[in-house]
Amino acid sequence: MSATFAILATWTVLAALGAMALRKPVHAALSLVGALMGVAFTYLNLGAEFITAVQVLVYVGAVAILIVFVLQLTRGEGVEGESLAVQPASLGLGIALLVTGGLIAAVVFLPDWRAAWPEKGDVALKRLGEVLMNRYVVALEAIGLLLTIAMIGAVLIALKRPDSQPPES
Amino acid sequence: MAPLHQYLLLSLLLFGLGLAGVMTRRNGLITLMGIELMLNAANLNFIAFWRHGPNPDAVEGVLLAMFAIGVAAAEVAVGLALVIAIFRRFRTVNLDEVQELKG
Repeated sequence: MSATFAILATWTVLAALGAMALRKPVHAALSLVGALMGVAFTYLNLGAEFITAVQVLVYVGAVAILIVFVLQLTRGEGVEGESLAVQPASLGLGIALLVTGGLIAAVVFLPDWRAAWPEKGDVALKRLGEVLMNRYVVALEAIGLLLTIAMIGAVLIALKRPDSQPPES
Repeated sequence: MAPLHQYLLLSLLLFGLGLAGVMTRRNGLITLMGIELMLNAANLNFIAFWRHGPNPDAVEGVLLAMFAIGVAAAEVAVGLALVIAIFRRFRTVNLDEVQELKG
């Protein structure tokens, strides 16, 4: 087992375990973001760069944010209202400074930019676009239609109707 | 790149964790998260089989995973709308307290 895959797998499984087992839903959602990122990096490890980008955009960018939004919208009586900020403020500031300093150091002390450049353009991505626009154009249109219908349906379901007040009991 | 069976094992673990969450947790949102984990595990299988298959230059494996992600996005939108509707009606997202279908 390669070291990269071992780290990826351990990270992903632990994060998924946290997403399913943590008590507070907010912690579970954060852990889910970690698991989704782990899966994204596993795609990268498999050499599927495009799917990695899609995974980060759709899952980490949209789905996770949506889940957190709904989490905030559905706060019941059982959820205690806590202060938003982490209590020792120096801890959060320290982490932010550490990350920023690390990034600055990485840019300043980078030995050679050219080592990270790819050999040539991404041929697979070009082929993917060609295939999507030719052979699988019907499937592409179908998925677009499905997403539109799902969006309209989601808005209709979540719409606040005057007769949907909770029963007084 | 690791051998195929290791990716399959990772995907199986993810699927099992998601399934366990769906089966055991009361919170409807956590159930949705478990479904997302299971879908991710399936996608990981698509990509792993594509990369380890006899013809890794074909783009069909990537396309399958992409369409699966699209369907999953539609599913999560409707699912979260349902969670909001359930919360509005029952004032809870715990699935075991939501027992009547009649609106």
